[in-house]
Amino acid sequence: MRPCLLFMSADQTGRRPGRVMRAPENFLGPADIAAVKAGRRDFLRNSLLAASAALAGAAAPLRAADGEAAILNPSAFSTSLGQPVAARAYGLPSKYEQNLARRESPGLTRVSAASVSFAPLQGFFGIITPSGLHFERHHQGWQDIDPAQHRLMVNGLVKSARVYTMDDLMRLPSVSRMHFIECGANSGMEWGNVAVPTVQYTHGMLSCCEFTGVPLSVLLDDCGFDRKNGKYVLAEGGDGAGLTRTIAMDRALDDVLVAWAMNGEMLRPENGYPLRLVVPGVQGVSWVKWLRRLEVGDQPWFAREEAMHYIDLMPDGLHRQFTSIQECKSVITSPSGGQKLIDKGYYSITGLAWSGRGKIRRVDVSLDGGRNWKQARLETPVLEKCLTRFNIPWVWDGGPAILQSRAQDSTGYVQPQSRQLRAVRGTRSIYHNNAIQSWGLADTGEVSNVQVG
Amino acid sequence: MSRSAKALLAVVLALSASAAMAQGKYPGIGRVATPDEVRAWDIDVRPDFKGLPAGSGSVAKGQQVWEGKCASCHGVFGESNEFFTPIVGGVTPEDVKRGRVAALISKPELQRTTLMKMSSIATLWDYINRAMPWNAPKSLSVEEVYAVTAFILNLGEILPDSFVLSDKNIGEVQKLVPNRNGMTRKHGLWDVKGLPDVKNTLCMKDCPVGAGGKVQIVSSIPDYARDAHGNLAEQNRVVGPVRGVVTAKGAVAQAAPAPSEPGALANASNCLACHATDRKVVGPSFNEIAGRYKGDNAAPSRLAAKIKDGGAGAWGNVPMPPHAGMKTEEIQLLVRWILNGAVPN
Repeated sequence: MRPCLLFMSADQTGRRPGRVMRAPENFLGPADIAAVKAGRRDFLRNSLLAASAALAGAAAPLRAADGEAAILNPSAFSTSLGQPVAARAYGLPSKYEQNLARRESPGLTRVSAASVSFAPLQGFFGIITPSGLHFERHHQGWQDIDPAQHRLMVNGLVKSARVYTMDDLMRLPSVSRMHFIECGANSGMEWGNVAVPTVQYTHGMLSCCEFTGVPLSVLLDDCGFDRKNGKYVLAEGGDGAGLTRTIAMDRALDDVLVAWAMNGEMLRPENGYPLRLVVPGVQGVSWVKWLRRLEVGDQPWFAREEAMHYIDLMPDGLHRQFTSIQECKSVITSPSGGQKLIDKGYYSITGLAWSGRGKIRRVDVSLDGGRNWKQARLETPVLEKCLTRFNIPWVWDGGPAILQSRAQDSTGYVQPQSRQLRAVRGTRSIYHNNAIQSWGLADTGEVSNVQVG
Repeated sequence: MSRSAKALLAVVLALSASAAMAQGKYPGIGRVATPDEVRAWDIDVRPDFKGLPAGSGSVAKGQQVWEGKCASCHGVFGESNEFFTPIVGGVTPEDVKRGRVAALISKPELQRTTLMKMSSIATLWDYINRAMPWNAPKSLSVEEVYAVTAFILNLGEILPDSFVLSDKNIGEVQKLVPNRNGMTRKHGLWDVKGLPDVKNTLCMKDCPVGAGGKVQIVSSIPDYARDAHGNLAEQNRVVGPVRGVVTAKGAVAQAAPAPSEPGALANASNCLACHATDRKVVGPSFNEIAGRYKGDNAAPSRLAAKIKDGGAGAWGNVPMPPHAGMKTEEIQLLVRWILNGAVPN
């Protein structure tokens, strides 16, 4: 490791190594370049003049302009009429942004209706996930349910079992809150060794949105639930899987929402339209989509997704059941695996931190594989059970480095190293891998997924 | 109005009256669920068998259901991992006695089967009842669910061929579940205030890292797998501090194409769970189908009807399930595509 890789502090911006600017686009062919080298000193000027004139379709300027074509030459977009309003009734990203898309990890699953698509964290800013890029995990395919036909039933240990239409629910007093949702198996492919190349696949079963809905406690109260014997709530989906999960009553009464909206619009079908449960801090499988029923009971249910899957195998051969909380975790998203720095010089290393037990208190970043650390800046807002964006200034001098981030949450818990996790839980847990992520930076500027020991 | 209808109306009115009284805070919101509605939806079965409907089903009946509706995905012996993780395998008579599956420790390389992980037979019954078969969930009768549950345990050599599983004896069968003592809830990940089991510190300088205190790269993506996730250059923004690394030409992990393209439609409609273009999977390959019906002008409408209503016999005994949910124009698009060689988009 070279010792000269320095973080920048705010007051010491340093001298930015000059970046070699490219010549104005393709004015000179190989023959022209040879001519310039051979000493025709006026050649470049004439060539630039000709190119400018051709592009502008106007009279040639009186003297040679010195600068970039992007500035000197009028562009098509600034010299023509643009598209009218509502040309796209529902707006879409720029065509230049199509690389940022949800993707499956090849070979991870064999049936795409029971699969995962990962969110492109490498391209996100701030903390909110665009609705169309929210990760997907379906257990029996997704449905687009007519909201007029959707019903929510509450039954079990209640004074009276009740049925609510969407009309009913959306008349109730709603709250809007931002929370992260992370699949319990996020980073699950990396327990034993490096398996996937980019942050999209290592951490992309993670999203964070503003959700709007009615607190579950309001509905449980409305049905007169049994406060003495009602210890658990079962949530059940209305899709083919009829996915069911048990939620502890103290969680249910705390900050759980029955939500119909995400990022200011109704939920997308892939995210449970028209109704889903939001269980802040708890793994995504509990956020039951297409929610059709809630049952109050005195014992947990041992549903398939809490008794056959989403159980964590420990080294002693026992499976941990009901592992729900997503512990404190962070990852650098830029630069990250599969990316290449465009040049030496200044960068803002940035990433995401989160905890299912509260707020992010601090994030530290290391450039030498975890030997030495420096505290990063937390961007606001910093919210409970929500993604927090961090950044730290850095000048890359062209040497190799191993980038890591390490988060601490409001309980004081510090995100562990892989070896610390493995010492307790082995490597076959699949779920709840919240280890520190390492990105190896080569002197070529290429970043790759590595694990250090 | 018949007497029974009057009686029912009285019950309903009484229920709504009590509900109206109970409900002070949000007048006009929600209504009381009828007992029939609760029965229709409250299908969950707990480990104490609360919610389990009375009934029974034999291993023999289970085998019949299995071969018709389950084997095409899960394999004749429940061993297949072609589409889903295997159901049967990895458990021994010793495990059945002990209630712990030894292979979970002794054979770490073994893919974990349903029978190796399951601690409660209620989980199996409930899941088959609510979510199986894959493409027609909630279509099995109570007898069929008992029967298939019994047959799976029979495949695992836990129940004899002659066994009839019922609500009366399921409690006894639970005592034979191989991994019934294999779960623990002693951990801090259930309660939001639970104690963590792994600890790190906020060390800032010269921190211990590897075994020898030195930083060493112990794992990385091997060169041959550089393009396993497609061309990373096409998965990153074209502007900003970084670009995606060029890892491959051609093989790109595509973003989901629009399902109006037949290949994507075939995938979205789960055709590809059982069919491939050039090889037999569960059903015949698309190329075999195109070959057999070449020049047959009546084939498109016959095949469209088969996709819609299901069929069996033309290519062997494994039936193709009906696809009632697909639109006619989608089916026609797929048939044309298959008969034209099923060229990938």
